[in-house]
Amino acid sequence: MGAEPHAYPILDLPAPQRGAVQVWRSFRLRLRRRVLIARALRKRRELTPITDRTAGLRRRAILCVMVVRNEAERLPHFLEYHRRLGVDHFLIVDNASTDDTAALLRDCADVSLWQTAASYRRSRFGLDWTNWLLLRHGHGRWCLTLDADELLVYPHCETRPLPALTRWLDDHGIDSFGAMMLDLYPEGPLSAHSFQPGDDPLAILRWFDSGNYQVQVQPRMRNLWIQGGVRARTFFAQDPRRAPTLNKIPLVRWHWRYAYVNSTHSALPPRLNATFDETGGEQISGVLLHTKFLPSAARRAAEEKTRREHFADPARYADYWDSLATDPVLHGPASQRYQGWRQLEGLGLMSRGGWI
Amino acid sequence: MRLGFVMLTHTALDRAAQVARYWASNGCPVVIHVDRRTPAAEHDALRAGLADLANVRFSPRHVCEWGTWGLVAATQAASSMMLAEFPEVQRVYLASGSCLPLRPVGELQSYLDQHPRTDFIESVTAADVDWTIGGLNSERFTLRFPFSWRKHRVLFDGYVRLQRRLGIRRRLPEGLVPHLGSQWWCLTRQTLSAILDGPGRAAYDRFFRKVWIPDESYFQSLVRIHSTNIESRSLTLSKFDFQGKPHIFYDDHLQLLRRSDCFVARKIWPQADKLYETFLSPEAASQPRAEPNPGRIDRLFSKAVERRLTGRAGLYMQSRFPTRERENGRTAAPYSLFQGFAELFEDFETWLSKSAGTRVHGNLFAPDRVQFAGGVGIYNGCLSDSTALRDYNPRAFLASLIWNTRGERQCFQFGPDDAQKITEFIAGDPNAQVSVITGAFAIPLFRSNLNFGIIRTEAARLQRIESEFLSVLRAPTSKARVRIWNLAEFLENPIEPLQTIVDEINPRSPHRLSEVPRLVDLTGFGQFLQNLRNQGMKPVLMGDFPVNGPSPTSGRRARSKQ
Repeated sequence: MGAEPHAYPILDLPAPQRGAVQVWRSFRLRLRRRVLIARALRKRRELTPITDRTAGLRRRAILCVMVVRNEAERLPHFLEYHRRLGVDHFLIVDNASTDDTAALLRDCADVSLWQTAASYRRSRFGLDWTNWLLLRHGHGRWCLTLDADELLVYPHCETRPLPALTRWLDDHGIDSFGAMMLDLYPEGPLSAHSFQPGDDPLAILRWFDSGNYQVQVQPRMRNLWIQGGVRARTFFAQDPRRAPTLNKIPLVRWHWRYAYVNSTHSALPPRLNATFDETGGEQISGVLLHTKFLPSAARRAAEEKTRREHFADPARYADYWDSLATDPVLHGPASQRYQGWRQLEGLGLMSRGGWI
Repeated sequence: MRLGFVMLTHTALDRAAQVARYWASNGCPVVIHVDRRTPAAEHDALRAGLADLANVRFSPRHVCEWGTWGLVAATQAASSMMLAEFPEVQRVYLASGSCLPLRPVGELQSYLDQHPRTDFIESVTAADVDWTIGGLNSERFTLRFPFSWRKHRVLFDGYVRLQRRLGIRRRLPEGLVPHLGSQWWCLTRQTLSAILDGPGRAAYDRFFRKVWIPDESYFQSLVRIHSTNIESRSLTLSKFDFQGKPHIFYDDHLQLLRRSDCFVARKIWPQADKLYETFLSPEAASQPRAEPNPGRIDRLFSKAVERRLTGRAGLYMQSRFPTRERENGRTAAPYSLFQGFAELFEDFETWLSKSAGTRVHGNLFAPDRVQFAGGVGIYNGCLSDSTALRDYNPRAFLASLIWNTRGERQCFQFGPDDAQKITEFIAGDPNAQVSVITGAFAIPLFRSNLNFGIIRTEAARLQRIESEFLSVLRAPTSKARVRIWNLAEFLENPIEPLQTIVDEINPRSPHRLSEVPRLVDLTGFGQFLQNLRNQGMKPVLMGDFPVNGPSPTSGRRARSKQ
């Protein structure tokens, strides 16, 4: 057996293998999953409940789990958007916010709030907390794990709420739903627009890159590794391998033995990562509209650079924060204006699969 | 003539109640069967909710697990009750709790009146059926299925295999020809009562109890014995996906359902408020309607199956990432690669773009920068001209370029100095039209006025790379449309190959090439090759170039051949 590549490019993905190697690999992954769950159990002590409204949750409630820091600007719209899609309850960890985030969330009837001042990075970028909340409340339910700057778009989302999607997934025996992050950006420099809490970010972030993504599959967990888009093009054109990972699996019918491994990019057991079709057909998938590039992005970049709570090796990403802090223009003549999920499907960024 | 509805329900009883009320209050008796597994509270609420309607009955409850006898038993019980308690009922329509009438009952009644004594039931000989999932057609009748397919799949499959191996077969009751079809039918009192009260019922029941998915075969087979006038189609619109799961209809299917002109549809999503509101409203009868025609909406469903199973060719994305054997089209559209042409002709790109009417790029895989047409830095789909991004994943780069420009043919230059990682991908792609003039890489060196030692090394390097490219193109796995000339051969008659290539790119342009690109001046090129030889290199890819003879070509010569 030759050395395995770090990732398989187009056409190189081998069919799933069987045999001793596979057994050994499954064993290793199972061990890893247990370690992740053990971590989640240990890290739960870092969370202090502020308002816990999980008591009366229905058995089939759709949950949204997230870790936030200083997101008072985005949260009102975020909550409203996903409420309208059909999220029944939000489970949120507030990681040392210094703005109105906590006050805002405390008063929402469909939000349960925890607080922690512990390190985001040492909780594996909040993932240990997320895994704990999912383990505790998510079992048997469809759970949406998001960041505050992500808005979920799925096929027919303007006419069919989330329960329609999850029931269809249930009927077809699918328990994880993939959605790629799509960076949205404004026209002109980031700071040239004004944004108030509660505003719809899509009113100013209207543009995106439609066809410069690279899909690969990583062998160990057979998970996707998608990079590209505007951030790869503007900030990582010299070192594309470091460009941010865009694939995510935000919607999972959770089981207490599941665990997210690396943000929501990959999960264990590995079958949760099989959100793509290997036989030429198209599976169902969605998109996470990424509203990172609000006017405040440049200011936040300067702050994050000194906070060093993002990325496994923050020093290597200093230049990323630097160029973001210069308030760049991301829009260009080839940028596409966002028009809705049908447009994204037409461009081949997502697919309705067999759901019509 | 009076029509009665038998309704089999198990969840979303509020919707079932709504539809039952609609039918009952329009004068059609309704008998409702509620799955015994449905919680008693929900069942009681349903009964209480419909208590005010005199023509609604509830039949004895059976456990209705998918694919088991319970569904037939429930249908039998409810149908018997319908026939016994409503003697005026002449037709019985079997519906489910997730059915929704798309047209008023009156229209259905008069439609049935126009087809007197006709049984509407899809009933296809089991041997001819090709839509069953799992490959069990006639074996549904001849094997035994004691294990649940849903809960004990391994046992189910294993027992089927065992019976096949041992050759165990059940004997069919005399006179029974197995038929399959949609579970939802509309039968006349005469036929239905013959099935339910006929002399052989006990024997048939005994047999069908052990048949797999009897609800799709019991009535469908027996009707062939008892009925004289079968219209083999269901009046209920019901669509199935490639896995045999029923499609669910949502609010956004309103127009689609209208267009089908069917009387009843299933399955309706229980929360599809707009559908229930629209179709159950008294005004639903407004437009004059035609014959039910579910075929009118088939295109949408067949397109969905195609998208799910075959996908869009040349698309690599988060939910489509085929393996090599299953690509169904490596790239989205035909494209052309030219090697050696830009070296041999002056301003070849402009000429090609004009003659073939396509987009012509420079060397997309050039070492310094991606040379997009027009020299732009960001091309369609925001592809960047950064070589690092391109070389990080050249296949994704090319596949994206072709995908992003669907509808407009792409041509680009290639050469031995370019990044070569992509060659295998192109050679194996039937969409690629590859035209190579071998040895043309020497022309820029010939005209470069560099130190001859450098030229020699460079020529040797480029020749080696080009040879490798050629062997990739000539490999048995190559699927591209490949044309290769050596330089000398090409110069013999440059017009004809150009004409062929342009015709292939743009088959609709009928005329001969009106303008031919101007060849670069090759006076002294033969001597140049001889000098390379004298320096110890062996230029092989250029073909037989006379050392001193008149340079085989010039711009004038090319034109004179026209």
